[in-house]
Amino acid sequence: MQGNRFIRTALCAALLAAGAAQAGNLTIESWRTDDKALWEDVLIPAFNKKYPDVKVKFVPTAPTEYDSSLQTRLTGGTAGDLITCRPFDKSLDLFKKGYLESLNGKPGMQNFPDSAKVAWETDDGKTSFCMPMGAVMHGFLYNKKIFQELGVQPPKTIDEFHKVLEAAKKAGKVPMALGTADQWEANQIVFTSVGAPYWKGEEGRKALIAGKARFTDPQFVAVWDEMSKWGPYLAKGYSAQTYADTQNLFASGKAAVVAVGSWDISYYNQNAKFEYGAFPPPVPKAGDKCYISDHPDIGMGVNPKSKNKDDAYKFLTWLGSQEFADLYTNKVTGFYSLSNHLISVKDPVAKQMLDWRKSCASTIRLNAQIMNRGEPNMENELWNVNSQVLNGKMTPKDAATRIQTGFAKWYKPQQK
Amino acid sequence: MKRAFPWHIAVFLAPAFLIYTVFSALPLLDTLRLGFFTTYDSGHQTFVGLANYIKLLTDPDWSAGFWNAMHNNIKFFLIVMFVQNPIALLLAALLSMHGVRGAKGYQTLIFLPTLLSVVIIGFIWQLILSPLWGVSEKLMGFVGLADWFQPWLGDESSALITLSLISVWQFVGVPMMLIYASLIAIPDEIIEAARIEGASSWHIFWTIRLPLILPTLGLVTILTFVGNFNAFDLIYAVKGAIAGPNYSTDLLGTFFYRTFFGYQSQIGSPTMGAAVATTMFLIILSGVGVYFYFIQRKLQRFAF
Repeated sequence: MQGNRFIRTALCAALLAAGAAQAGNLTIESWRTDDKALWEDVLIPAFNKKYPDVKVKFVPTAPTEYDSSLQTRLTGGTAGDLITCRPFDKSLDLFKKGYLESLNGKPGMQNFPDSAKVAWETDDGKTSFCMPMGAVMHGFLYNKKIFQELGVQPPKTIDEFHKVLEAAKKAGKVPMALGTADQWEANQIVFTSVGAPYWKGEEGRKALIAGKARFTDPQFVAVWDEMSKWGPYLAKGYSAQTYADTQNLFASGKAAVVAVGSWDISYYNQNAKFEYGAFPPPVPKAGDKCYISDHPDIGMGVNPKSKNKDDAYKFLTWLGSQEFADLYTNKVTGFYSLSNHLISVKDPVAKQMLDWRKSCASTIRLNAQIMNRGEPNMENELWNVNSQVLNGKMTPKDAATRIQTGFAKWYKPQQK
Repeated sequence: MKRAFPWHIAVFLAPAFLIYTVFSALPLLDTLRLGFFTTYDSGHQTFVGLANYIKLLTDPDWSAGFWNAMHNNIKFFLIVMFVQNPIALLLAALLSMHGVRGAKGYQTLIFLPTLLSVVIIGFIWQLILSPLWGVSEKLMGFVGLADWFQPWLGDESSALITLSLISVWQFVGVPMMLIYASLIAIPDEIIEAARIEGASSWHIFWTIRLPLILPTLGLVTILTFVGNFNAFDLIYAVKGAIAGPNYSTDLLGTFFYRTFFGYQSQIGSPTMGAAVATTMFLIILSGVGVYFYFIQRKLQRFAF
């Protein structure tokens, strides 16, 4: 296994080096394997209309391998010219190690609000190292046909939410498509999304960072409490249900509701044969303000070792343009451009989700900033703990204690 | 007269020696070296002696994960060892009997899964065992066992056992072939002589055939040991690097992967990872050492 990996890495490195050495060529590193065709058929040709003499190659690596293989190529000096950036600490780490260029004052950056740049800047907010490309939003999709048969409306409060699920269960449908085999959904599209109205979005998140709130406080425990009640509404054997199973289950029309990230829209547009709509995470009590997890997810930076930085910056400037924002939002359905440009979203469900920004307050994924830095790693801990709460194997109180203990172990403001 | 230096030997050895040195020996030595260093945020590395190992074994966050992986790994090894190898022995003994119809066909079929990619094996079994669209619940229903069906891959208590049985299913062909080869290498005269003396088949198997294939069983044991303490791919393919639920399927391989490469927002540490890899290497080395010292040395070779 070891030997193989080294040989493969070395071969890939050699191939990439050969490709990157020629002037006028750009290579983009990315984890968006799903978007390969889109980059090659739409985005790069559009760029080439303006800059015909720059040849751009989009070289994606599978999402689960991206970070490790990118790290290897960066260390070996064979990575591409443009690096697709994960949000927050992962890219900050690359910048600190000198694998990303500072983008302060570069053309195009002026088109982004501070709230978008926050995912790719140093803690003091002085240096940006990636250009924001897209955000994802989280919420629920529902099967309109099933809702019509049941005679229910998209729920606004948790009580209504439970009533809908109960009605679906009585009618013999799977109330909610969700599994815990892959674990990440339990955190990224359940806990940090459904929880936002409980901890009041940014307010709760910042209180944790400032050390003014604890995970054992009621506004956080309540979320785990809510999740612990979902078991009966999920499909049989949901503990072995993968994300692909979940997508299939909802697309086959058997489930009433599915917890999603906006990127799922393009999947369901292709695979679901029925009409569906979206609703934001329900609020705890009628009249409460709604909050949504509106998460900057993807950015683009420049490799300092690139042999073709001029062209890389040309590309980056185009990335900050109205044209790119429009293409990206409307062609990569479910990813929303983070720029200040005014864009009309054409897909109805994607538009519905985007419109939540008007009535709800946006927040990012709870633990994305700063909280993931220590040991034990909070993201991994949350995947594990949240799946166990959904599986009914851990009580909400134990979940809160475990996360809080791990957090306080290394984070000074939480030790007071 | 001084004999000329045997250049041809050096020339013939050189390619293998070079490849082995560059791709196996050097990385291994570099891993051992890297384990004594630590990485700073700037990417700078400094020598810290045994600090990584002390952290791995005494810091509760690290040691809990490490011992959990170690414990799971031992369980994984024991299940594979005591399920896979007896089955392989049984199959090999059956197939090596005279006049078994379709023996070659069975051999090929049993060996076939070994040739498939682990990713495919993982995917197929996930589908077979899927509580949503798997066939296993229905098949069990035919014999009245439908109520016994569980989402085995999702249950903390059964996920590791299920995965080790999947591994057994895939790799049982390898020990079977090895044992089969040594069984058919036993000269017929010995068996015939025993038969003339009035020994039963059962007796012949236990007192003649089995002792004669002990060296092969030893080899199979050590291959199983090394293979299982290096196991990674099946777990990664089915459960991902955060080998859930609740790390119940976490092996040393997945633990190493998370440490070295990082996972999601966890940032990988090449130096800490090297310490974990070295520890794995030492575990395997000592296992193999114990085996060679206590067992392999005492096995007798029979020349036919």
